[in-house]
Amino acid sequence: MEFVVISLLNGITYGLLLFMLSSGLTLIFSMMGILNFAHASFYMLGAYFAYQISAWLGFWPGLLVAPLLVGAVGAVVERYGLRRAHRFGHVAELLFTFGLAFLVEEVVHLVWGTSSVDYKIPAELDGTLFTLFSTDFPIYKGFMMLISVGMLVALYALLTRTRIGLIIQAALTKPDMVEALGHNVPRIFMLVFGGGTALAGLAGVIGGNAFITEPGMAAAVGSIVFVVVVVGGLGSLGGAFVASLLIGCIQTFSIGLTISVTDVFALIGVTLPAGSQVARLTITQLAPVLPYMLMVAILIFRPRGLMGARES
Amino acid sequence: MKNTLLQRLALVAGTLLIGGSAFAQVKIAYIDPLSGPFANVGEAGLKGFKEAADILVNQKGGIMGQKLEFVGFDNKGSPQESQIQLKAAIDQGFRFITQGNGSGAAHSLIDAVNKWNARNPDKTVLFFNYAAVDPTLTNEQCSFWHFRFDANTEMKMEAITNFMEKDKKIKKVFIIGQDYAHGHQVAKYTKEMLAKKRPDVKIVGEDLHPIGRVKDFAPYIAKIKASGADTVMTGNWGNDLSLLVKAAKDAGLKARFFTYYAGGLGTPQAMGASGEDKVLQLTEWHSNVPTKSTEKFEADFNKKYPGIYFYYMRVNTMTEMVAKAMNTAKSTDPKAVALALEDMRFPAENGEVWMRKSDHQLMQPLFISVFSKKDGKAVKHDSEGTGFGWKTLASVSQRDSQMPTSCIMERP
Repeated sequence: MEFVVISLLNGITYGLLLFMLSSGLTLIFSMMGILNFAHASFYMLGAYFAYQISAWLGFWPGLLVAPLLVGAVGAVVERYGLRRAHRFGHVAELLFTFGLAFLVEEVVHLVWGTSSVDYKIPAELDGTLFTLFSTDFPIYKGFMMLISVGMLVALYALLTRTRIGLIIQAALTKPDMVEALGHNVPRIFMLVFGGGTALAGLAGVIGGNAFITEPGMAAAVGSIVFVVVVVGGLGSLGGAFVASLLIGCIQTFSIGLTISVTDVFALIGVTLPAGSQVARLTITQLAPVLPYMLMVAILIFRPRGLMGARES
Repeated sequence: MKNTLLQRLALVAGTLLIGGSAFAQVKIAYIDPLSGPFANVGEAGLKGFKEAADILVNQKGGIMGQKLEFVGFDNKGSPQESQIQLKAAIDQGFRFITQGNGSGAAHSLIDAVNKWNARNPDKTVLFFNYAAVDPTLTNEQCSFWHFRFDANTEMKMEAITNFMEKDKKIKKVFIIGQDYAHGHQVAKYTKEMLAKKRPDVKIVGEDLHPIGRVKDFAPYIAKIKASGADTVMTGNWGNDLSLLVKAAKDAGLKARFFTYYAGGLGTPQAMGASGEDKVLQLTEWHSNVPTKSTEKFEADFNKKYPGIYFYYMRVNTMTEMVAKAMNTAKSTDPKAVALALEDMRFPAENGEVWMRKSDHQLMQPLFISVFSKKDGKAVKHDSEGTGFGWKTLASVSQRDSQMPTSCIMERP
């Protein structure tokens, strides 16, 4: 019981962080049709900016300023990079964001070095929030959940309850019509791209000190974010939310299970030859691969994802 | 215009070449991760070697009047990249290499060095291993061209399980490790030796996780907790260990940790007060082992490199022994150096050490210590500014650390 509840909490915390990352990605995709390969790089930039600002001014200013800075960088990238690349079609855009990811990593190497930086959880958030059974739940994890849920609510309110949200939604499906009505659609795109990257930046601010801030952190989450978006359905915010929580829980629980691959095959009546490499694998060892297996399965059986609107 | 540019370039290249040979340094290629998840570990090692070469060798006359220098080659922690970096080092004229982080990379380097030396007997290369502890490197896989300056997993596990044998509080052990040669060996020897020495102890769980890729160990800690383990055995190093103890601290796990590497590289800072009396380590030395001159060396090092703390005693031992071997052999030819290193007895700062001829494994004292509050007596120095340091619980002499070897060495 204790194990299930704690694992569930761990899974949800991790899932919410994934959602913060993937919401920006899926928003950008649904608006502009751009698969942003550099999205995780903005996550990394958020962590490094927050580290730098917290070294000068403290954690709280960093929490506010770093995502805004990342958003500004994102907006500039859209305005002066992507918009030009867009003229040459989707492949050019894709290659552009792909190259950008390497560029950001090299810049981080040059500015902050190849090693990890000492970006710490602030003292007031370091401690135990509550003790469940006999396991402590850290304040910082609660804080991460609070920020992610707050962001989800704010994003939902912005998209459905405000005028700008209305225009964004309209531009999503009928950009020409919105433009004809006198709205500056390219500027809306820039805003959405900036906003999406700012969300990734925010995830970096709170993920960077929960885990570790180092130049490899973008590559570490880059692929899993795409899994979330594909499983949830490209362009679907709700889908990204469900998929994030699903993948967070799958990873946490699969680590906790003590059964081996042999046991799994035994369930469907197949006996694996004892002593073979595969038979000795445990589900825990397979945990890192499971999200990717899920993605492949989704692509085969339900290509538009759990809640995706389109087939592409 | 083009010609003058070419001439200038040639001039610059020429000066560089002449400049290089005029110093005639003895250079050792340091092939370890300088980027990626273990960059902090690799960087600390490189700084340690540079400082050791400066203070312990170059300021004391050097190697037959020449300077000893360590040059970093970034292998990104990967066995394949290690071979590429080895090739680059050989091309640049290096005849000595050192590596430590990862037995996978060490296996790959031994293999490559053996092949290179067989094909190029006039340009042989010698490999000094300062931290890769897979026992096979000095058993089945042993090589004349490889010397190991760290105690191997078999020796370390022998010392740890001897300690566990007497500690009747231990009832249930959980083994967690990185999924590669080293993690597998730690798990194997823990199970084998405990089964002999403490058949009553139950192994309640055994997990291998991908090396350097897990950022959140909370699920593993939940599993350890659910298993009811009172003791955790881990060979993890670098961030894989810091993040593991950090997650244990966050979840309030009460189990004791037996580790190889909790003494440095960010782990003391990650555990802080939560590690008190709970985290143990087996090392060849720690700050509170009395020495003749390392206390000053350590203080100077920590002042010179803020943020990095002196950790590797064996780096100093290795640097001094290699220099001594070169000076005794009056040669910097790898084969002559290897012959001088074999069977060498050396008064290291942590006690007498011996390089066994039969397998090129260094025998050295080992200490089991526990993370304790700084008290100015048994714990004179704290670790990484945490207010907590290491208190010796047991020590093993060089003689008692020896284990038999199955090495059948091919000699040139």
